[in-house]
Amino acid sequence: MPLITYREALRHAMAEELTRDENVVILGEEVGQFHGAYKVTEGLLEKFGPKRIVDTPISEAGFIGLGVGASMLGVRPVMELMFWSFYSVAFDQILNNAANIRYMSGGQINCPIVIRGPANGGTNVGATHSHTPENILAHHPGVKVVVPSTPYDAKGLLKSAIRDNDPVFVLENTILYGLEGEVPAEEYLVPLGHADVKRAGTDLTIVTYGRPVIQSLAAAQQLQQQHNLSVEIVDLRTIRPLDIDTVLASVRKTHRVLIVEEQRPFCGVGAQLAYMIQNEAFDELDAPIQRLGTVDAPAIYSPPAEIEQLPNSQRILKAALATMGS
Amino acid sequence: MSKKSTDKTAAAAKKTTSAAKTGGANAAPAAAPKPAASGPNPSHSSPVNTALSADEKVELYRKLVRIRRFEERSLRAYQAKKIGGFLHLYIGQEAVAVGCCSLMGKDDHVITAYRDHGHAIAVGMDTKALMAELYGKVTGCSKGKGGSMHYFDPARNFWGGHGIVGGQVPLGAGLAYALKYKGLKGAAMAFMGDGAVNQGAVHEAYNLASLWSLPVVFVIENNGYSMGTSQARSSAGELATRAAGYDMKWEIIDGHDLYDVRAKMEPLLRRAREESKPALVEIMTYRYRGHSVADPDKTYRSKTEIEDYQRTKDPINLFRAILQSEGALTDELIEKIDTEARSEADFAADFAEASPFPTPEDIQKDVYWEADNPSQRTSGGRLFFN
Ligand SMILES: Cc1ncc(C[n+]2csc(CCOP(=O)(O)OP(=O)(O)O)c2C)c(N)n1
Repeated sequence: MPLITYREALRHAMAEELTRDENVVILGEEVGQFHGAYKVTEGLLEKFGPKRIVDTPISEAGFIGLGVGASMLGVRPVMELMFWSFYSVAFDQILNNAANIRYMSGGQINCPIVIRGPANGGTNVGATHSHTPENILAHHPGVKVVVPSTPYDAKGLLKSAIRDNDPVFVLENTILYGLEGEVPAEEYLVPLGHADVKRAGTDLTIVTYGRPVIQSLAAAQQLQQQHNLSVEIVDLRTIRPLDIDTVLASVRKTHRVLIVEEQRPFCGVGAQLAYMIQNEAFDELDAPIQRLGTVDAPAIYSPPAEIEQLPNSQRILKAALATMGS
Repeated sequence: MSKKSTDKTAAAAKKTTSAAKTGGANAAPAAAPKPAASGPNPSHSSPVNTALSADEKVELYRKLVRIRRFEERSLRAYQAKKIGGFLHLYIGQEAVAVGCCSLMGKDDHVITAYRDHGHAIAVGMDTKALMAELYGKVTGCSKGKGGSMHYFDPARNFWGGHGIVGGQVPLGAGLAYALKYKGLKGAAMAFMGDGAVNQGAVHEAYNLASLWSLPVVFVIENNGYSMGTSQARSSAGELATRAAGYDMKWEIIDGHDLYDVRAKMEPLLRRAREESKPALVEIMTYRYRGHSVADPDKTYRSKTEIEDYQRTKDPINLFRAILQSEGALTDELIEKIDTEARSEADFAADFAEASPFPTPEDIQKDVYWEADNPSQRTSGGRLFFN
């Protein structure tokens, strides 16, 4: 299988869907002529032309709302937010409109819109540019929230998102854009709402998603070598719908759980997971569920301090050992 | 991609014609910016400029040079990987911040976006604290928490440094609202780029300011581009004349000419202070560097376009020439100012270099409630960090 980057995988997904369905359009700030702030859409303007790849002004509420309206009439917009941090400017359109319309219209109207772009911290861009809003988005019924951790998943999930008939929010991780991985040359889809066991194990389940999947894999390898611990890693891939069954199956196998998220813990995805696990598999647990997240403060700019703020594989290793009681 | 270099010119030409039209009952008779070279500029003989002492003029010049040298030094630090994240340089736009902020009285306030180094120096912030902030050090003006985009100094009435395009503009209206509410003197200046004008929040702020007669001057720094998108590709119609829709005074200013900035800003700022009335100005300017240091600046404008500006409209060169013709600046003084500005920037970098980074404990300091309530448990789950 060819090795491509996460960024290229996303680009290929869009290119394939643009080719397959003429209703698919890409809209966003700097997606065309500038090739995308993170170069995810590089080359698409040249290939598909300015009717399909559209540069918008800086007006998130306006253009996201426009995308929602267009999707009601059957256009399938893939909207790039230059940073997911800017979701807040368009929040009214995202939640009051995109997420509600199918329900409010008694099921008469669908919004096949995808909103995608980089999220997360770790690039020293401070508090206004490092948001990870998956919990805030996933709080709302009616939407799908996708967080790919590998190039393979990124491509397959984005293609599914584009074909989905309702709003899907794809949160990419800025730091993963350069990550290489194997992606088949032939077409494939990764369905939304299916977690993936990225590593099988018997002693401890790490439930995670996004960049911490990669960090957890590194930690798991060390735990195996240095502590003879067999760690299973469940990658949620989709926050909503949440594939709790795959998580529970793993818990029933390992009986211990560590939840790792590159997110502040308060009201986070991990809180929901911990509740669901204890609710449905309390008897299976041999130890309290543990969580590891981002230090609960707005993203700090200072580069060394931001490293301290975020999870990393050493911290995951430490947390895993603590969850094991050692 | 063929429009690159013509966009800005086209937009400017368009502006000239419609600026010549009267802009509604309340609109100012906005004159199109005059090229600095063509004859005597009435702005130069404006009382606000003629009242300046020779020393004051030199101080203004010194500020322009200090900003530029500071930023050139910060660019070198960025290239040496001493600075993380984004670095949006203000080089080319210095006369806007220096001109506007030179009109500030002690009761006036300023707020701006992420391209904030110039405004920070213009309001008198210490370049050591500014450089240290870029280095992410605790001695920085935001204790290393904010970085380049988030400079703050409330003691100098400087309210940031904001990262969300347009987000600071309603805050600027809010500063003005607070002044009016509390019966305080002064006015606020809210700076934004030409790309910010399309954000809904900006229009909502215009409306509130006009509806409630707030003492605020909204300042569009029109450098022709929002990131890689030229004004012609991002904004329908005129930027300044949008004020007419809100029954607000507006003015177009030549931002390459510091005297023009001062001459045209002063009456509006005074009117804001004295009559509590808002206004909108569009100051034509230009940035020499990419949108940020990370922007290769190749896909959206030509090298000659930049060089033309540098050659004919550089705000420092233009102001230097004016002061030389007025006899306020000698060659020795020019040399001295430059040398001092360079060593100030080096000194700031040395200071930043020698300062400590925030500790892991510092990460959670200054969080509103948690910082004051150490027994809180809302951040539970941040285990395993020590
Ligand atoms: C809400 C929001 N959208 C997008 C961005 C990304 N962004 C940062 S600066 C910028 C261009 C803004 O241009 P302009 O307002 O003209 O100011 P200039 O950079 O020219 O000073 C963009 C798109 C952002 N920071 N905030």
